[in-house]
Amino acid sequence: MDQISTTPQQIQDTPLTIAGKKFRNRFFLGTGKFKNKADVTESIVAAQVEIVTVALRRIDSEHHEENILEYIPKHVTLLVNTSGARNAQEAVRIARLAQASGCGNWVKIEVINDSKYLLPDNQETIKATEILAAEGFVVLPYMFPDLYVARQLVKAGAATVMPLGSLIGSHQGLKAKEFIKILIDEIDVPIVVDAGIGRPSQAAEAMEMGADAVLANTAVATAQNPAVAAQAFSLAVAAGRLAYLSKLPQKQSPASASSPLTGFLFER
Amino acid sequence: MISLTEVQKTLAIESPEAIENLAQKAKRLTQQYFGHTISLYAPLYISNYCSSHCTYCGFHVRNRIHRLKLTPGQINKEMAHVAQSGIENILILTGESYQATPLAYLKEAVEIAQKYFSSISLEVHPMDETEYGELFAAGVDGIAIYQETYNRHRYAQVHLSGKKKNYDYRYGAPERIAHAGMRQISMGILLGLADDVAADAHELFLHLRFMEKNFPGVEYSLSFPRLRPIKGLGFEPCLVSDLMLFKIICLARIVFPRVGINLSTRESARLRDRLLGVGITRISAASKTSVGGYTSESPEDLDPQFDIQDERSVENIVAMLKKRNFDPVLTDWRRIDNKIFS
Repeated sequence: MDQISTTPQQIQDTPLTIAGKKFRNRFFLGTGKFKNKADVTESIVAAQVEIVTVALRRIDSEHHEENILEYIPKHVTLLVNTSGARNAQEAVRIARLAQASGCGNWVKIEVINDSKYLLPDNQETIKATEILAAEGFVVLPYMFPDLYVARQLVKAGAATVMPLGSLIGSHQGLKAKEFIKILIDEIDVPIVVDAGIGRPSQAAEAMEMGADAVLANTAVATAQNPAVAAQAFSLAVAAGRLAYLSKLPQKQSPASASSPLTGFLFER
Repeated sequence: MISLTEVQKTLAIESPEAIENLAQKAKRLTQQYFGHTISLYAPLYISNYCSSHCTYCGFHVRNRIHRLKLTPGQINKEMAHVAQSGIENILILTGESYQATPLAYLKEAVEIAQKYFSSISLEVHPMDETEYGELFAAGVDGIAIYQETYNRHRYAQVHLSGKKKNYDYRYGAPERIAHAGMRQISMGILLGLADDVAADAHELFLHLRFMEKNFPGVEYSLSFPRLRPIKGLGFEPCLVSDLMLFKIICLARIVFPRVGINLSTRESARLRDRLLGVGITRISAASKTSVGGYTSESPEDLDPQFDIQDERSVENIVAMLKKRNFDPVLTDWRRIDNKIFS
């Protein structure tokens, strides 16, 4: 039998660009809730993650305990989040504190004033974005997917918009799918789906519909084997991205053989 | 919201399978919302003066104990000692004396605490909203205020005199604290006071639910301290078994999946280690429950509020947590200026 020889067709994907920085991996990892910090490093390495989020409140500046920052490889971009902020002013102060502590100027704004559902406060998030972007921060705001708010965030200087898929930690996946789709269609900065993504298949689904990146944390941190879970998410995100680039055929309603509306045009 | 009947039913279950199922559900929820993290805090008693007569408490006004109130210098020394262990969350406690430990004294203690700790909470007498506001602005993040029991009749029986006798003023404290802008509020019941534990737990859940609805921005936590033996009087507590405590904690986790649950060293190491998995998210370590207890040269002369059972050091607790696949969290807040914005 003849050897079948093919040249695999490489899909040319443009890297994800945020504030001029280029990333190949579109899977972002959160670093909370892990059973130990070594698992964080292993997950980052196994999944070749390039952007991680860390809560400033968990960074021990006094070196009383193992510093989470020492467990994050140097080439990884650090995105400090403002966890604990209940309004714009608190988020602004946390971001400034992070910068002063040497954590850089990339900040994920998280303003949450509801301890039961942990839903983000969009109005306060816009205010914080405005202030911090003007101060030169690279601002990635976490938000409830609302088109008007997304537009205001972009106008305020947001580098990306991070709509929630569903409630934080719920593993419910893309409950807000239809509204995220609108953001993907209408908003020109990268759309990073954040929160509620509990399985790699859900991450792939977000990427297939055109999200630019996906962030997960709880699902990886609480998996029995976090490093393997991180790798699975990373692969799923890449697969979803390829599917999006491949321009898959759209789902069709069952075809009908005849053309009841237009058939007459071709009748002789 | 869960009904009283449902609380009663859950707390009455006896079959090992049903209890295991309850525990599994609570464990799943705890892991989903808190992951593998357990926060550590240390209590620090700065005064045992008290003007209330609560029959179950070692600090009560008529109990003949050695009364002490730390000077700023002594507070500094105690705090430096606690901070050395690495713990960043401090809970400052006093007896309930408005004269001995007025607002100005508490603020002074908070100012000293700022040098050592990233998060500061108080467990002191209830006060007015403006006073809570002043404490918040001074750097306090959280207040612990327990109703002790929600059974008014029992409340009147065990709170004989002093300001603590006023049930409604205490009940309204969480609202005043939330209005003042405080970040965290810890609520609870003292197990062993009322004989109907289910009714007490249900009232606590209703109180917390009311707070959640009206003040959603506050981070709430629950505590279920059990009465411990006290020096000087023979108060007969209503017995609450380990099993009952276990069920209460599982139930609280199921009813409030995202709310923190605290556990002090008044419980034994063995029980504490088991309770960690099913719902507890915050524990104290290496606690001293007497005034000046951390650095006193003759600690045997001091009178603790209650006796502790788990005497392990912070180091040992941290090692135990790691062994049991928990990430011990010593730092869980970065102090930001607590100004109130309009």
